Amino acid sequence: MNYNWDWNIFFKSTGIGDEIYLDWFISGLGWTIALALAAWAIALVIGGLLGVMRTLPNKWLSGLATAYVELFRNVPLLVQLFIWYFVVPDYLPEQTQVWFKQELNPMVSAYISVTLCLGLFTAARVCEQVRTGIQALPKGQANAAMAVGFTLPQVYRHVLLPQAFRVVIPPLTSEFLNVFKNSSVASLIGLMELLAQAKQTAEFSANIFEAFTLATLIYFTLNMSIMKFMGWVEKRVRIPGLMVEGGK
Amino acid sequence: MSEMISIQNVSKWYGEFQVLTDCTTSVAKGEVVVVCGPSGSGKSTLIKCVNALEPFQKGEIIVNGTSVGNPKTNLPKLRSQVGMVFQHFELFPHLTITENLAIAQIKVLGRGRDEAEAKGLALLERVGLKAHAHKHPGQLSGGQQQRVAIARALAMDPICMLFDEPTSALDPEMINEVLDVMTELAQEGMTMMCVTHEMGFARRVADRVIFMDRGHIVEDCHKDAFFGSPRSERAQQFLSKILQH
Repeated sequence: MNYNWDWNIFFKSTGIGDEIYLDWFISGLGWTIALALAAWAIALVIGGLLGVMRTLPNKWLSGLATAYVELFRNVPLLVQLFIWYFVVPDYLPEQTQVWFKQELNPMVSAYISVTLCLGLFTAARVCEQVRTGIQALPKGQANAAMAVGFTLPQVYRHVLLPQAFRVVIPPLTSEFLNVFKNSSVASLIGLMELLAQAKQTAEFSANIFEAFTLATLIYFTLNMSIMKFMGWVEKRVRIPGLMVEGGK
Repeated sequence: MSEMISIQNVSKWYGEFQVLTDCTTSVAKGEVVVVCGPSGSGKSTLIKCVNALEPFQKGEIIVNGTSVGNPKTNLPKLRSQVGMVFQHFELFPHLTITENLAIAQIKVLGRGRDEAEAKGLALLERVGLKAHAHKHPGQLSGGQQQRVAIARALAMDPICMLFDEPTSALDPEMINEVLDVMTELAQEGMTMMCVTHEMGFARRVADRVIFMDRGHIVEDCHKDAFFGSPRSERAQQFLSKILQH
């Protein structure tokens, strides 16, 4: 293969202003993080609520949450993104539509669409983790909590959720990592996040391999740090005498 | 004596299967009643109906004047007045012993944290576990956990106590430390309904014994009558098997 490796490419001018290629990656990383964190916040709040709903005795509430999960889990992420970005805005009220499509910075409107899409998509997955976390607890715990006089919300707040939360940290870590990886779909609707910047660098400089190698390394480092962080959280909240010390 | 718990013609089904058939009995204030019988006879189910942890389809249960089955009854409030001890202890594993004893006092009874913790500590001392206050339940033995569970129930100043096989999950050498606490409670005049296989405890402490078989209350009599001359053949068989060793 006749390929000119050039690892200095990232410090070379892009030809636009006095930007170097590394600036593009930094800006892309910023979008990726902003996107993933906002989507994760949505996923945790909505997914947590739905997960609790699925365990409630009320058939309507649990049915509603089940329907949500089936809908959002069974449609590909990319299809959902196109719906949020291309279809949903057309059904907004006239004024909001004009604002969203014309007045708003296109990067920001793309950001809003992807954040919503990724957040609601991941919420369905978080819901299932939270539900299984609650259901994995011994049934006697809910009984004991009711027996001391707790109302149903108190049973969840003081007894079930603090325990379920600890059980689901490992699977939730995977979901958190998925959010970062899935955020790359944003490049398909023009949000200049990390992957989009890597593609652009590859096109501008013709240094395809370097561009994607750097993007890969950044994703990898990001996810490794999250894993380490979540491992630390898991250790900190471990219940003394109950949970066995896991592998490092 | 006035009645604390009154169970009238209670029947319960799991789908097609009838677990309780027309059960009628009562527990007077200050009385200690032991419920025994072979496994699957419905004794645990019956005691769980008393504080509405299990719903029942027919009959009525009245605890201290409040109907348990009435949809308008404030169940959390009723349960907060009825102490319950479970076979598997069911302490809250994520909380320390002190927190286990205080949390319901604070969140349900509205007591201040200091008051609740002081009360918890006093009860912990009573069951001989004050030194373990800072630990988590998982760091205690089964017998110790069950004594904490009794203290947790007592912290709510209950009007009566329900015990659902409190020693069945314990190693033999830990059974007595729990029974001692229960005996002391009974001697202080606590109203108690205990599902248990501990016939020695029943003989020493109980006022009455209820014997259940296949969802029916077969015997309901003074303990001397039960151990001396059980009327039903089923209870005779049960006793001869359980007392053989």
